[in-house]
Order: sequence, then C-alpha cells, then structure tokens
Amino acid sequence: MCLGIPGEVIEFLPDQPDLVRVDVSGVRRVINVGLLADDMPEPGEWVLIHVGFALSKIDEAEAAAALEFLESIGQAYDDEIAALAESRIE
Amino acid sequence: MRFVDEFRDSDKARALAAKITSLCEPGRQYKLMEVCGGHTHTIYKHGLEDYLPEQVTLVHGPGCPVCVIPMGRVDDAMALASEPDVIMTSFGDMMRVPGSNGSFFDAKARGTDIRMVYSPLDALKIAKQNPDRRVVFMAIGFETTAPSTAMTVLRAASSGLTNFSIFCNHVTIIPAIKAILDSPDLRLDGFIGPGHVSTVIGCRPYEFIARDYGKPVVVAGFEPLDILQSIYMLMLQLSAGEAKIENQYSRVVPWDGNITALKAIGETMELRPYFEWRGLGFISHSALKVREAYAAFDAELIFKVPGVRVADPKACQCGEVLKGVLKPWECKVFGTACTPETPIGTCMVSPEGACAAYYNYGRLTRTRVKEAIRT
Amino acid sequence: MTGWIDRALAEHDQEQHVRRGSPQPAPGTVREESVLERIDRTRRARPRVREDRITMSHGAGGKATQSLVEAIFLEAFRNPLLEPLEDGASLRIGDSRLALTTDSYVVSPLFFPGGDIGDLAVNGTVNDLSMTGATPLYLTAGFILEEGFPVDDLTRIVTSMAKAASEAGVQIVTGDTKVVERGKADGCYINTAGIGLIAPDVNLGVAHARPGDVIMVSGPIGDHGITIMLARGELDIEADVVSDTAPLNGLVADLLESTTGIRALRDATRGGVATILNEIARAADVGVLVSEDAIPVRYPVRGASELLGIDPMYVACEGRMVVVVDETGAEPALAALRAHPLGAEAAVIGRVTADPAGIVQLRTSFGGTRIVDLLVGDPLPRIC
Repeated sequence: MCLGIPGEVIEFLPDQPDLVRVDVSGVRRVINVGLLADDMPEPGEWVLIHVGFALSKIDEAEAAAALEFLESIGQAYDDEIAALAESRIE
Repeated sequence: MRFVDEFRDSDKARALAAKITSLCEPGRQYKLMEVCGGHTHTIYKHGLEDYLPEQVTLVHGPGCPVCVIPMGRVDDAMALASEPDVIMTSFGDMMRVPGSNGSFFDAKARGTDIRMVYSPLDALKIAKQNPDRRVVFMAIGFETTAPSTAMTVLRAASSGLTNFSIFCNHVTIIPAIKAILDSPDLRLDGFIGPGHVSTVIGCRPYEFIARDYGKPVVVAGFEPLDILQSIYMLMLQLSAGEAKIENQYSRVVPWDGNITALKAIGETMELRPYFEWRGLGFISHSALKVREAYAAFDAELIFKVPGVRVADPKACQCGEVLKGVLKPWECKVFGTACTPETPIGTCMVSPEGACAAYYNYGRLTRTRVKEAIRT
Repeated sequence: MTGWIDRALAEHDQEQHVRRGSPQPAPGTVREESVLERIDRTRRARPRVREDRITMSHGAGGKATQSLVEAIFLEAFRNPLLEPLEDGASLRIGDSRLALTTDSYVVSPLFFPGGDIGDLAVNGTVNDLSMTGATPLYLTAGFILEEGFPVDDLTRIVTSMAKAASEAGVQIVTGDTKVVERGKADGCYINTAGIGLIAPDVNLGVAHARPGDVIMVSGPIGDHGITIMLARGELDIEADVVSDTAPLNGLVADLLESTTGIRALRDATRGGVATILNEIARAADVGVLVSEDAIPVRYPVRGASELLGIDPMYVACEGRMVVVVDETGAEPALAALRAHPLGAEAAVIGRVTADPAGIVQLRTSFGGTRIVDLLVGDPLPRIC
C-alpha cells in the first residue's frame, strides 16, 4: 500500500492538463499530476508515483546529496578496510 | 532503475552496518519502531536484519492500513458488494482480508462482482463504462492514499457522475503513533518515520514525538540503504542524547508536505470523531469520512451498511503485533492456524503485515541463514 | 463462517497437547526455533482443501493448486505412475518408454504480442513432454468453442498451431470439437494431450536433485506473464514486452547430448521460477539457494513488476526452463544452452543445498537473505 515508485515524465497528454505519460524502467503509463498543481513537472523530471497519481517531485539535488553521503560512507569504509589490511600491530 | 538501484548497493550497506554497530553502547539494547508497512516489507524482502547488530531490534508498528481495518468494517464492505447492481472495486491487498463471512476473494468465487484496481481512477473509469451499475470504491490507506481518493471524488463531481461512490476507510497516522507512545507495554528508543505519508503531511506533525516524549524520529525512504541510513541517523542522535525530527528521504519528502494534496483531502473529507482500529481499539479523530457537500459520493449514505462491531477471533493477537508488543512468531497461532493461505488476522493477509512479511520472507533463524550462506 | 477458525484452533490445541510430553523450550531465540519447527510440521502435514468452492487461487499454480491436486485428484486417482506429479507421466509399454502429458489453455486475451492461444497450446504441450526428457511426437487438440466465436479467429488460431507444430517437428493427429452457449468458454478453450518417446538412458525428475547440483535458467523470466497482463488493457501500461512462447525440444535435445548429468528439467509456467524451485526443494527434500543478481529479467519486465508490486519470480514464462544439473555437467550444459538461439541468455542462478531442507532461499542483490515461498493467491489470473 505504501507502494510508491519513481518514474520519469515523458510528455503531457494533449487535451488533458492533469495527465502525463511516465516511464518506469521502460514501462509507460499515464498518471495524474493534479496533486502537483503548484509545481507541475516538466518532461525529463522525475516523480513519485502512487496508485496512479504523482505525489511528489523527486528533487535531483537532494538525491545526489543522498548518494554522495552514501558514497562517502562507502569510501570511508573502504579506506578503513584497506588500512586494516595494511596495518600490522605486532 | 534510477533512484532505486543506487539505494540497493550492498557495499554501502556493509559500511552503514559497521557504523551502526560502532555506535552501540556495550550492554545497551536499542528498540526502534518502523511505523510503515512498506518499511516492514522492505526489511524482510531484502533481508535487512542480517545487517544489524544483535543490540538493535526493529519493532513493527501499525502503519499497515489494511491490517488495522476491523472485521466489522470488512463485513460492511461485503454487504455493499452484495447489493444487486453494485460493482465493488478494491486494491489488491484488500482482496483476502477476512471478515465474518470470508473475504472479497471468497465472495468473488461465489459470484459477487468485485474487481481489483490499481488506482481509484480505474474505478472511476469502470463507473463511466457501466452507467447502469453503481460502482463503489473501497478507499483504504493513510494520508498517502487519501489525496488520490479525494482527487478522484473531485473528478467524479466535476464530470457529473451519479453512479460512483467511495466506502471511506482512510486513517491518519499521528493518532496511531500517539497511541503507541502512550501504551504502557512498550519501551521504544526511536522511530523510523513513514516515508510516503510524509510526502503529504510533511515532517512537522512528528515534532510532538521529540518535544513531548523525547524520542528521535527519522523519516525514511523505502530502499534498503534508506532504511539503514535512517537507523544510522537515529543511532547518532541516541548516542548524542538528542531527540529531533530528521528527514532522510529528502529527495521525495518536502518538509512542509504537499499543500495541494492536503487541500484536496480537506475539501472532500473530514475527521470522524472516533474510529475503531484493529488491535488498538477506538481512537479519536483518527479516520476520515466524506464531507456532507460530497454526500452523493458517500457509499455509507447511499447504501445501508450493517455497522456492526465484530470482535476479533479469540485466538487473534494482531493487536499486540500491531503495537509491536509481540513479534510475529510469538503469536500463538502464527504459522499453524494462521498462515498466508488461511489468515485469521490482517497481519497475515496484507503483504505489508508483519506476520506475512516474516512468514513469507524472514522465516529462518539467523544462525541457519548464516550456515546456509557459508556452504 | 468462523467454523474453520475453530477447527484450526482445535488442531493447534491438539498439537500442544501432544507436545506437552516433551520438555518445554527455554524463552528467547529457542522459542523462535520451536515455532519454526511447528510451522515446518504444519507445512508437511497432509494437504487439505479448506474451501468449499473453487477460487481463482486454485488455478494459479501455487499453494492452493498444489493442495487441490494432492488432496482431491491424487487422493482419488492414486497410482505409482501419477504420484511423481511431474509435467508428464513416464509409461513403459513393451520395450519403449513413453511420456504422456495433458494441458488446457484458457488464456485471456486469445491474441497477444508474441503469439496466441494456439502457439501456447502446441508449445506448452511440446515443452511438458520435453521436460520429461522425451522427444515429442504426437499431439491431440480438443476445442471448446463459444457460440458466436468468429471463424476467422479460429482460423488464425489453427494456423498458428500448424506453424508451431511444424517448427517443433510434431504432428497433431487427432482432436475434438465442442460448442457451448454464448457466455461460456470465453471464445475458445483448447485442451491438448501429447505423447513422446523417452530414450533408454534418460531419467529426469525433480526428486533427483542432490546437494551440490547447479541450477540454471534458460533465459530472462517473466516475459509471458507481463505481456498477458498488459495485453488485457485494464492497466493502461505500455511496454515493449512480448510473450516468450517457444518449443524447447530442440534446446533440450542439445542439452541432453552435452552431458549425462542433467537431473531435472521444468518449464516455468504458472507460478513462475519460484514455484519450480519450491517443487525441487520439496520433492528432493533439499534446500535451494539462488542469487537475485544472477536471475535474468528484462528491463521492462522489472519495471512493470515494480509498478504493479509483483515479484518477477512468480510470473509465468512459456518458453523458459529451469535446469538442475550435477556439478560436473554444469559447464557443458551452460555452453549447450547458450549455443542455441532459445538459450542465448541462459544463466546459472544458484545451487541445491543440503540444508534447510524443503526451503528456497534468495540472496538479495542487497546481500541479505530471504525465503521464496510458494505463491498464495493469484496475482495474474488466466495467464496460460
């Protein structure tokens, strides 16, 4: 029920202002963007889709920041593992 | 898949797991509740608990909107479905929820016209295509789904449809969390906050948890790394003795929520004075009903519903599982009388229910898992 | 209707009564262990059909189908030839070993991207025979037609069948036609039977799986089921997916020639690859451990599954098989699969383990582990 998944906006439907076609991993579906009336998504932007509606726009900057944090954690971990492998106490 | 695969990287998971472990004070147990059913599902589906140290326990909360529907309401829905010209439409997860006389699925086998839909808009389409029938949409879900139902009602109104209505069982998350916090049998250290509900209500509504109860909350995404990172952020707060609201899912959740969505809900629905939650009892101002202005779309007014309160079967311990007091396997009938094929309670029926998730995915002790992987 | 709950509780109490003789388990993790044991015992108990009416779950290929087959059909017809419950029965007639199979096709819609009910009928029957290791030879075709069904559609279907039969090298040698009133049979239902010859040294069966065996899949999974679901047009989803319906007898022949180590073959139809893996675990009383990363799934199939909240492992295929092969035969087997057009994307997905018996585990791409259980319910009805 919490099933929300990211999809990329491909195009607006010609005579239906609230409907856009999105692409989710190669699958295309029409969804309603009425809930994003204040900040309509443009083709190329990503939205979170839930039961046929877009609930929110995916903020690419925030996504990048999130990934950067994870990369840094990963890097720090890799560095530590490397250091662990190289260090000798005896 | 973009915005999905990057958050499923196992190396980063190991890194986060190491960090979480390093923050555990020796001898201290940490109990974190993940409120949202979607989180429960992800945790079991990806085997996340394998990454956590023994000191950190995840407790499953009542954030599964299917799980909290009392049997009486299911019976009401079944009564609606059996009305002569009605086409009942419902999300897939509702199909197997047992009432006193079986589930939608059983009724379908007996010939009742019940159809599974992916979106309330699909139900609207069915209403348009079947003008001589009356279509009822079983509206369930937290604030995540309520805006979609609301928008659908608004569309029905603007297109002048006269054969479409909803049976409104939307519930709100904050009263449920408060009921948990006020519950004497639980001692929690923090909350993994619901992700998609927060896209609608924002993060502010959780502030009372930190302010009045001193517990940290991190609003979390649904990919495995999101959850691990959120646990890490909670542990950071706990080791610093802090309690505040943080948003890990900032790529999707706006701090202030979605005003348009809240307005749509406000326009079409209002809070019921009280509503019964399976396992938690009656909670005031915790559920939505259709506003008078949209009475033409309220199935409870158009049709007669029995409205009888039905007690859960004596054996059912869903209530305690929903509150996080019991782990699924601690329920007396888990796995024997109550299985996914023969569910007694909703925790086993809904794919997000703690019992279903554990039975379907997690049903191996950790030692057995580690042995199997080594071979 | 709470009758069945009372019965279930009575059983539970009975079990507790029986256990009272044994020492009480200590609290904590041991408690979890004992509950898991209780579950195992329940799952191994005699199958029973609890419902008083047939539901769509009984046709899904998962738990309900299994219970129905074992509790009703096997109970009534029981004999040693039926008991293995493989895709086809192995019969000895004189000096020859024959494989005999039967199938019914009720797919909706009748025509879909990549094929139609006719292709499915021929390929599906050919495949069931091939899975027993037989060379498919002759098919029957029985039609149940609905009053009002367009003859042009029937011609289209039959033309597909002729083409499919020719490609597979089999002949349709006898058949039957019935017509039912408007409103029944949804256009056209097809029933088939198939017969093939099994070579003397071939002996396949899921019960032969042994710890250490390698498990492979002949190509990307879930194509057919997703195609059907999208073709129904109820979901307003478009994607570039076509059904994978194909005759596997050529591929199987190459495979059997490459190594003598093939233990079992199963085509992953209703219930998908997950169901086959469970059948292996159950029949041979072994564990199965597969790796999510290793299972080939086409990009749009994954997208559609995510969108709909279905797991591709449970989605039907109509031209893919699961291969269980002895460790020494794994390399030649994989090479043989990949050399054939229908097996070009074949992949090793996991192994048979000794423990935990009867259970299928998945190592997720994330690194955690979870169980892959038999399907409950029916995410994609009328798939084949």
